[in-house]
Formats: sequence, structure tokens, C-alpha cells
Amino acid sequence: MVKRAALSRDELFAVLETVMDPEVPVLSVVDLGIIRDAESTDAGVVVTITPTYSGCPAMREIEQNIRTAFEEQGIGPVDVRTVYSPAWTTDWISASGREKLEAYGIAPPGPADQDTLITLRRRAEVLRCPYCKSLNTVEKSHFGSTACKSIWVCNACRQPFEHFKAI
Amino acid sequence: MTSPAFFEYLLRLGDDRLVVGHRLSEWCGHGPILEEDIALTNIALDLIGEATLLLKLAGQVEGKGRSEDALAYFRDGIDFRNALMLELPKGDFGFTILRQFFFSVYSLLQMEALTRSANADLSGIAAKAVKESRYHVRHCAEWVVTLGDGTDESRARVQGAVDDLWRYTGELFIADDIDREVASAGLGVDPSTLSDRWHSEVSRVLDDATLTIPKTGYMQRGGRDGKHTEHLGHMLSEMQIVARSYPGASW
Repeated sequence: MVKRAALSRDELFAVLETVMDPEVPVLSVVDLGIIRDAESTDAGVVVTITPTYSGCPAMREIEQNIRTAFEEQGIGPVDVRTVYSPAWTTDWISASGREKLEAYGIAPPGPADQDTLITLRRRAEVLRCPYCKSLNTVEKSHFGSTACKSIWVCNACRQPFEHFKAI
Repeated sequence: MTSPAFFEYLLRLGDDRLVVGHRLSEWCGHGPILEEDIALTNIALDLIGEATLLLKLAGQVEGKGRSEDALAYFRDGIDFRNALMLELPKGDFGFTILRQFFFSVYSLLQMEALTRSANADLSGIAAKAVKESRYHVRHCAEWVVTLGDGTDESRARVQGAVDDLWRYTGELFIADDIDREVASAGLGVDPSTLSDRWHSEVSRVLDDATLTIPKTGYMQRGGRDGKHTEHLGHMLSEMQIVARSYPGASW
């Protein structure tokens, strides 16, 4: 493996921008906010990531895809490390990431809930339909096709859509 | 860092989530509606994910080279430290939801406290689990009210679940020497300190659901010491058979 020493943080992030989330393929791992750090050392590249959910089955694939992205550019070895603190929050999804989500048909998350009390009823949440932009939408299920999403339907255009839950 | 008490404590945290997570996963393909099938398995995924992290940390604290998989698949029932409530068969949907509600409130309070653990790995795992548990609590609380304040049939079933499960709730709040040792070291939380808030949150939801709490009588216990119901062994035989039949298999 060719080792290219002393890549800048921007150069490393440019490579990471090409690694897409396997479940939401319009969103890079940088957009998603799971990259905590990236640096090049004498021993190679060290990328530090944090999982979205404890049991997210995509994490291993993401780690592998990060390694592959660098190796395809002749950069390595790559050490992908996982940290759990501070815990990932949807507030770390970038502004461009939110736009990409909506364009893809997934309503982006609102601000993360900081409420520490147990609230029996959820806060009334108003979501904009990513297709017709109507606000006349309703949640159908709190849990969706992946741990990070819930299922909604638009009463205006009758289109079901997914919502990236705020956590 | 090796610490026998902290290892035991982490097993309790990990086993609670592994066992109830497995019970939830038994609903995969059997949910009453598609959305609920997905919801129960999503919650199972969160809990088994949390268990993976907790048992991995337990293995590191033990210092004998046991991985999270070794702890999950190669221990017998007598070595499991989960609370008895969590190993009971999944029952009907009302039973599953009510148990999950009881446990999720407990887990939320416990994990909130553990975000202040002196062990950075545990506080990080807890910070993530708090966010997940909050969704679990709300989802289950809504169902408890829907079923309790619902039809005669749904009310009778979920009240039956309250009556059957209540005697298993006491065990969640019993503190022993291990709990006290990890609490005084700032690593863990003494479960008895969670009891008042748990009871007030749970009573509030059960009131809304028009359900009644049975008069407190005998409380079952034993899970923390490896004294389990007959149900755990059957569950483990299914959960562990692949790993034990093909040790070291990967795919």
C-alpha cells in the first residue's frame, strides 16, 4: 500500500465526502455527522466515527466503505476507530445533508429533544411533505424501515414518506 | 481496569437488554400489524445493540479475554444476571407492551443516571441509550393507554398482564453489595434510588389507561443471583444453538 503522508484534514474529509450511507445513499458520512475526526499520522490515516444508534447494522459496512475509499486512492493503512461519547445527535446532520434528505423524499429531522422528563404524549410535530410541501401530514408509525426513521403520510398528495427522527 | 463487582454489574445491565431484546425479536413476522412488527423489532435492535456494547465492556473489565459473543452465547442460564420479568415468554401483544413499558421506564431512569458514571465508556453507552429509551417509553406508553382505555377485550388482557407482571417489578429495585459497591465508586447507580420515580411515572400512565395496580404482595426475585424461571433455559437453547453448534462460524 502506498502511503501518502501528511494529508490535510480537508483532503481527508474530501475523501470521506465520497462515502455514502448505505441506507440513505444521497447522504455522505460527513453530511450524516458521524465523522468525529480524521488525521494522517506516521502510521497511516486514523478516522474516528460514532454510531447513530447502538444497534445500527450499517456501521460495519460504513467502516469497510471508509477503508475502501482511501485504499482506492492509494492511501493507507486506514484505522477506523469508534467512540460513543458524546452521543451522536441528528443536530450534527449538515445543512446540505438536510436538503439532500428532503430532495430524496425523506423529511429531515427537527431540533433534537432535550427533554429529560418522560412525556406520555409526544410533542405535536408538524412535518412538511417532501413531495408536495404540504404541512397536512400525519405520522403512521413511530418506527420505520431503519432505526433512524419513522413513517408518515401526506394527506394532501396521499404519498407515504419517511422522516429522519430527531434524537 | 479489572473489578469483579463492576463486571457483575455490567452483566446485569447487558443481560437485561439481551434477554428482553431477544423476547421482542420473537415478534418478528408475528406483529398484529405491519407497523407494530417493525416497531417491536426496531426496539429489539436498539436493546441488543446496547447489550452488545455493555457485554463487550464487561468482557474488557473482566480481563479474561471474553468477547461480547462469548458472554452472550457461551454462558448457561445460571450465569445470566437478568431480572426475571424480562425472561418470561412474550405472551400476547398486551403482555409484551406492558412489560416493555415497565422495563423502558426503568431503563430510561437507569441510563440517565449512568450518563454520570465515572467510567467514560459506560457514560457514553448510556448517553446513546437514553435517546433510544425515550422513544421506547413513549411508544409503549401510548399503547398501554390505547389498550387499557380501549375495548373490554383489550382492557381485560392488559389488566391481566399488569396483575401477572407486578410481582416481578420489586426485583428491579433491590440493591445488593454489588450495586452498593459500584454506586459508591461512582461507576454505577443504586437501583433502589430509581424506585420512587419509576412508580410515579408508571402509576401516571396506568391511571390514564384506567388500569389498576394490584395490592403489593409477594415479590419474585433471584435473577441477579442466577436463580431463574424455567423459561430462560428454553429461550437460551434457541438463542444459542447456532453459535454452539458451529463455534467460530462467521458469515
